[in-house]
Amino acid sequence: MAKPDAIIELRDIHKSFGAQKVLDGLSLSVPRGRITVIIGRSGGGKSVILKHMIGLIKPDQGQVLVDGRDIRPLDDREINELRKRFGMLFQDAALFDSMTVFENVAFPLREHSRFGEKKIREVVEEKLGLVGLTGHGEKMPSQLSGGMRKRAGLARAIALEPEIILFDEPTTGLDPLMTDAINRLIQNTQEKLGITAVVISHDLQGAYQVAHQIAMLYQGRIIAAGSPQEIRSSDDAVVQQFIHGRAEGPIEVL
Amino acid sequence: MTPTRPLEAMGRVVMRGLEQAGEILLLLVQTGLWLMRPPWRMRLVFKQMEFVGVKSLNVTILTGVFTGGVFALQTYHGFSLFGAESLVGSTVALALARELGPVLTALMVTGRAGSAMAAELGTMRVTEQIDALYVMAVNPVQYLVLPRVVASVVMLPLLTIVADYVGILGGYVVGVHLLGINSGIFVAKIIEYVDPEDIMQGLFKAAIFGLILSLVGCFKGFYTYGGAEGVGRATTEAVVLASVTILAADYVLTALMF
Repeated sequence: MAKPDAIIELRDIHKSFGAQKVLDGLSLSVPRGRITVIIGRSGGGKSVILKHMIGLIKPDQGQVLVDGRDIRPLDDREINELRKRFGMLFQDAALFDSMTVFENVAFPLREHSRFGEKKIREVVEEKLGLVGLTGHGEKMPSQLSGGMRKRAGLARAIALEPEIILFDEPTTGLDPLMTDAINRLIQNTQEKLGITAVVISHDLQGAYQVAHQIAMLYQGRIIAAGSPQEIRSSDDAVVQQFIHGRAEGPIEVL
Repeated sequence: MTPTRPLEAMGRVVMRGLEQAGEILLLLVQTGLWLMRPPWRMRLVFKQMEFVGVKSLNVTILTGVFTGGVFALQTYHGFSLFGAESLVGSTVALALARELGPVLTALMVTGRAGSAMAAELGTMRVTEQIDALYVMAVNPVQYLVLPRVVASVVMLPLLTIVADYVGILGGYVVGVHLLGINSGIFVAKIIEYVDPEDIMQGLFKAAIFGLILSLVGCFKGFYTYGGAEGVGRATTEAVVLASVTILAADYVLTALMF
């Protein structure tokens, strides 16, 4: 049963790439207006989960429901309408490298808002300020460091202030101060606009700080989901091993 | 090894070829559908026109001049055996207008711009920029493929006109100034034997070649996989496939038109 407050619901998702089974009966419900953090090992399919939510990847089996509606049978036009409600930060930012940082952040505004040039400039400057990139607007993405690219991608993802934002490792590769700043930014954006956020992270401290719900992915399924408190006090051996970062335990590390 | 093995391999190649032809046709259909639907991104189209057309001008001129020149030189040697030097000009002009202008221009632009299309779209694919377009509710066929195809279809005939012109000029310089053919006869025979029809058919071919090279370049780029190596592979495959397709299409079009 779909909980009434679930904005996105993944039901029994199976997905293989070639012979490799990445998601194996994954179910997850993302509560509306809350921050959900997905944790799990690298290469475990966390990005694949996000791409299912926004219809970039279709499940081999199972359903993706957004507001209770299965997105799989939607046609191009309908899925575009749906995607306008989303923002997404890609793992490597996926900035358009033929455009300046400013033009990148302005891109969704030019495409989908009715703002004039002056208003666009205002919004872009504001978003660049939020991610600490004031004055870097005229640079090309290739001139930025990895962390700066990520922040520019973040500014682009929040430019239209969408209802749902998917963050693929927003803090990986950032220094501790910037990590904290970005975590606060996610938290503030969420509180101010009441958006739904899904965050993929390796940063457990950050996850405890921002998450309303933490979900742990292991072997293609969500093996535990709950409040940070519930996750910390989970008696699941896999969860305990992961959050304490131990090489020994039920998870085979090497 | 069973005796049917080579047949199996051949079958696979044929199947793969058919599959790819189908995929390219699907991309063509999608591009055509997006052509009917706003928003039309004129800025992107002009940017591509500059890239495909204006920036190919130098290479087109060089190709044209030398092709016309060498063609005059070769035909002169043949024609002088039976005293038909006066026909060198019209032969060069006919060959350029009907074949060499469009085909060589298309091959040069394939090497310059078709490859760049595959590399650019391929890089965008492997760095998730194409996914980012989807996520931002912008269709990449409309945003990336359509402007490149439109620009190529428009610019190739224009480049061909330049190639025809400078090619004849090259032939003229070699024929008249180096080989001593009478200038009046050289020009008069061109006017006598070359119909506007010949030039128009060449330009029509050029437009088709523009469609082929942009579609193949975009197709190979759009479906790139496997990082930097994949981008390299896509680029090479785009140039090879587009060039071969252009030459094959040239035969078919010539057979149908003349």
